[in-house]
Formats: sequence, structure tokens, C-alpha cells
Amino acid sequence: MASAAEIARQGRRDEIRSRWLLSAPALIIIFAAAIGPLFVMLLYSFMVRGDYGDVKFWQFSLDGWFSVLFERDIFDDTLQLADAHLSIVWRSIRLSFITTVFTLALGFPTAYFIATRPRHTREIWVFLVTIPFWTNLLIRTFAMQQVIRNEGILNSLLRFSGIIDEPLQIMHTDWAILFGMIYIYLPLMVLPLYASMEKLDFRLIEAGYDLYAGRMRVLRRIIIPLVSPGIIAGSILVFIPSLGAYVIPRVLGGGKNMMLGNLIELQFGAGRNWPLGAALSITLMVLVMLALLVYVRNASRSGVQHG
Amino acid sequence: MSEAAGRNAIDIRGVRKVFGSGDGQVTALDTVSVSIRENEFFTLLGPSGCGKTTLLRLIAGFEYPTEGAIFLHGEDIAGLPPFKRPVNTVFQSYALFPHLTVAENVAFGLESLGRPRDEITARVSAMLKLVHMEDLGDRRTDQISGGQAQRVALARALAPSPKVLLLDEPLSALDYKLRKEMQIELKRMQHETGITFVFVTHDQEEALTMSDRIAVISKGRILQIGSPSDIYDRPAERFVADFIGESNLLAATVVGSREGTATVRLSSGAEVEASVAEGFVPGGEATVVVRPEHARAVKQGGQLAGIVENVVYFGTDTHIHIKLDDGSAFTVRQQNMRGQSCGFEVGDRAEVEIAADAAQVLKD
Repeated sequence: MASAAEIARQGRRDEIRSRWLLSAPALIIIFAAAIGPLFVMLLYSFMVRGDYGDVKFWQFSLDGWFSVLFERDIFDDTLQLADAHLSIVWRSIRLSFITTVFTLALGFPTAYFIATRPRHTREIWVFLVTIPFWTNLLIRTFAMQQVIRNEGILNSLLRFSGIIDEPLQIMHTDWAILFGMIYIYLPLMVLPLYASMEKLDFRLIEAGYDLYAGRMRVLRRIIIPLVSPGIIAGSILVFIPSLGAYVIPRVLGGGKNMMLGNLIELQFGAGRNWPLGAALSITLMVLVMLALLVYVRNASRSGVQHG
Repeated sequence: MSEAAGRNAIDIRGVRKVFGSGDGQVTALDTVSVSIRENEFFTLLGPSGCGKTTLLRLIAGFEYPTEGAIFLHGEDIAGLPPFKRPVNTVFQSYALFPHLTVAENVAFGLESLGRPRDEITARVSAMLKLVHMEDLGDRRTDQISGGQAQRVALARALAPSPKVLLLDEPLSALDYKLRKEMQIELKRMQHETGITFVFVTHDQEEALTMSDRIAVISKGRILQIGSPSDIYDRPAERFVADFIGESNLLAATVVGSREGTATVRLSSGAEVEASVAEGFVPGGEATVVVRPEHARAVKQGGQLAGIVENVVYFGTDTHIHIKLDDGSAFTVRQQNMRGQSCGFEVGDRAEVEIAADAAQVLKD
């Protein structure tokens, strides 16, 4: 006969085993869909490039990572910084940051407007904000192209109203990418902001006014601190996809104004340099994680803990 | 309007407030006029939805009147935004800023006013001391109890030394014992600070125990303004008599009236003297109100007669429910003496003796 302690130990072992078995499907999905591919990419970034794309398996090299930052002169073999790559990385960060700032500036009043409507009409406004999601990203981007190209709606209107004589060259500039990204990512800012503002206790705003705070002070000292979880969530949701944007700079920025996403695509496509593409992808991922870290750090420093 | 000046802290002149438009229009306040004296504990009393909170919000500046004027120490403030009115509010839900500490909450108003740093620090600690919260200044607002939150809300509203403090049912969220304590605290603070308090409540007992004067509000109209004893002893309208305390309403016929009093004949045929609200001349049929403790049950010699239906013992007093001969009910409340019963049992025949100057003729 087994002792009570043994039975208890057996029972615990069974429990642990069944817990692993029950979580196995989730673990398999996480590994297969998220961690696995990342691992493959990391592996590829350390291999020798194949002649027609792909990699030469099990021939390790640091060339991929090396060429993220440096390039070798084809004539005298001297090393120099890969200016093209750095300027693309810098453009990606800069445009994503500006996009985040603009979507915040546009999205904040929009979300505030929706949150202050009567309860039953709010749903309609939220619904209207989500309508663009029904249309394919590519189609929305081409629609934007129709608006900003030289013979487009914007230029026609400006010329018709006599503000300009010559069409503004917006297409194939950073401006075009900015217009596109702000337009595409604005709903991603509005929705989390609205979710935060909807929970805002508007009596606190009255209390602020009652205590001699003008509109700017109420905004700065009461509304912004209280909806900062929404500001942070919205900024993350806009900044991260902006950093990796591919379709928008491809369609609106033309071939010259590349962003990181296009550079990566180039390496896997025409460039036939998969290790570099993999290394750039991981670089992008690290940038995203850094951005997240900065946000989280700022969030906890500004003391926004609720409950 | 120069006549608005004087010793009044607040003058409300013919203020109407209509919410909504078209078919959805709701008149929250219907031509209300009231003067609140300086240094007064003034209570707006009425059931929920009567317009008392709307009136308070009009004074605070969260709403603007549809018609009429609001004077603060003689100055018309009806068009000023709330942050330009030297008036502070204690909100029903306290509305403490959850992202600030207790001390930062109290300092908020002073910072808005741009007071110097050391003055703010001194004032905040003085205010926290006034509400007995001096040790909890660094706490977050979700780390304090309801009673403490109430005190912080008070300190926050008093810190900028407003000319008038508005209190919107500030005690309704507290339990009974704490509420009693805070009632006394509030009176003490009003006395110590010398600030005019405008207090909104639906609790008649609270209103009677705390106020210097009370305005009874119903359906957007002020029915009666007076001291607690005025309101209780001489209710002008049926609603006031009903809403505040218990009352016996008697049908009567007016047989004679002079300034301030009237002689009325009750259903039993007895005639009693009853007081009448100022400026009101009753005639014909009228309703007379008598408070239960202003009448006695006697064996004989009363003005009304009936059968004892119920005798309820309350410790300090006994309620004797009598069904009068005309079919209406009358309740008498008698002080209990030690070791002595009230002298009546269910089914006994009893008469009701109404004390002199106990009856009041209602306007409606």
C-alpha cells in the first residue's frame, strides 16, 4: 500500500503533467507562429548569402550584420559607413515619430469629441472611425495617391482657388509618405484614446474648473494625465507599424524615398541578400522594442498607475 | 442692478433654467428668486430631481441660466465661467483627482491661482489640520476611506478661501454614524471659517439640524424659505408639510381671518385658531396641518374625537393612531414618562386636544 505522502506526490505529478498537456496547444502555436520564425531569421542573418537569393546553409558569416552598418568600396576595398542604410533607418524613425505626433494632435480632439457625445450617438462615431478598416490598405494608399498627385484633387482645388499656380510636387517626397501614414494610422490613435476618454470622469473636469483652472490647465493637469494610458497605447499602435511601413512608402514615396520595410523587401527580392535582409529585420524589431521600452519607462515615471 | 448689493452673499433673481430644446424641453428651474445672507448656512432641500442641484450648479457656473441674474456680493456672475467665480464646490462624489496625492488635491486651487510656493505649502497643511488629515497628505486618493475622502474634498474646496462654499449632498455616501459626525464637523468649519455655506440635501433631518435657513424646493420652484423652526412649525404648503416631518392634514372651513391668523371650523364642528402664511388670505375650504407632537390624546375636552386604532411605543415617545369620526386619520405623539403608560388602548374612544398656536392653514 502506498503511503499518504506518496499518493499526494503522485497526485501533484499528475496535476503538473495535465497542466502541461492542457497548455500544449497554446505553446505550440506560440512557438510555431512567433518564436520559431524569429529564430529562423536570426539563424539566416548569420549565414553566407546565396548566389541567387537564399543562403548557403551552415556556412556562417557576419557579413549580413556587417553590411547593416558598413559597406566596402568596390574599387579600393576601404570600409565606410553605409550612408544609404543609415539614412533609411533615420527616415523611418523620423517619419514614424512625426506621424505619431500628428495622429495624436488630430486624434486627441477627435476622441474627445466622440467621448463627449451622448451615449447612443458615440457608437455611430466610433463606427465611422472604423470604416476605413473595411477597405484594403493598398486601395486606401492608391486613393491617397489620387488625392495628392500633381493632377489630383488637392492640387486641383488649390489651383482652382488661386492659392498656387504650379502644382505642388507632393508625390515621391517624404511629405507623401507622411500624408499617407497619418491618414492610414489615424484610427489606430483615435480608438485607444477614445477608450481612455470614455472612462474619464467628467466631474473631475468640473472640479478643475471649480478650482480656478482655465481650459489649458485642465487639459494639462487633469485630462492628459488621466487619459495617458490611451495616449501611450495609441502612440505605440501608430509608431510601431509606421516604423515597418512598406506599402505606403512604396506607393507614395516612389523608389527613392525608402523606409526600412522597403529596404528589407529589396534585400529579399532584387538585392538577393537574405542575410542582410534578416539582419535588417531584426534591427527593426530591436528598434520597436526600444521604442516600447521608452514608452513604458515614461509611462511609469509620469505616475500613471490606476487602481 | 444696484439694489442687489447689501448684506447678501448671493442674490438669485428670476432665474429660469430650461434643458434641451423643442419637444424634449425640461424646465429644471422655474423663475426662482432667493437671497442668501453672508455667513449663513443655507440649505436647498427637496426630493431628487426637484432642481436643487441645478440651482447649485448655476451658482458654481457649470450651467448658465436661461433667464435671470445671479449676484455674488452685488456683482452679476451669471455669465462668468466657473474658474472665474470665487466660489468652490464639494461634489457629491467628491471628485478627487485620482492621479494626485491628498496634499496635491488640496493645493490644486491655490496653484491655479498662482499663489507663491511657501504660501501654498502653509495653506495646505493648515487645511489638512482643519479636517484632521495632517498625517495623510502623501496618500493617494484611492488609499483613503470614504469619510477621509469627504474631508479632503472639503479641505480642497476651502483652501482657496472662497466667498461661498457649495456642498452638493456631500454626506449622502457616508454611513449613519459618520454622517452625524460630519454634520457637526461641517457646522464647526462653517463657524471657524466664516464662509457662507450653500448646502444641497434631500434629507430633511440633516437640513433641520444644520441650517440657519432652508429653502424647500419642489418641481423647480421654491415653495418656502425660512428658519428650520419656521419650516417645521409653519409649513406654508402641503408639499412642505408632507416632506418635512410627519403631519396631520385636516379639512376645515375658514370662518374668519385676520392678518396672520384665521379661525377655522374642523369637521367635528370645533373652531380653532390657526396661523396663516404672510400675505395669504384664506377663504372657504382649506387644509390645516397639525404636527403629531403638538396635539394630545385626552379622554374628553378635545376638539376632535375618534377611536384609537393603534398604539406604537418608541421608547422616548408613543404614537397613538386615531381614526377620527369623519373617517380621516390623526396621529398623536406623546412623550413617555417612566413607569407610566399612555393611558389608551386599541379600541378606546379618545379625543384630540390641539395645542394653542399649533395649527397652520396651508396655501394649497
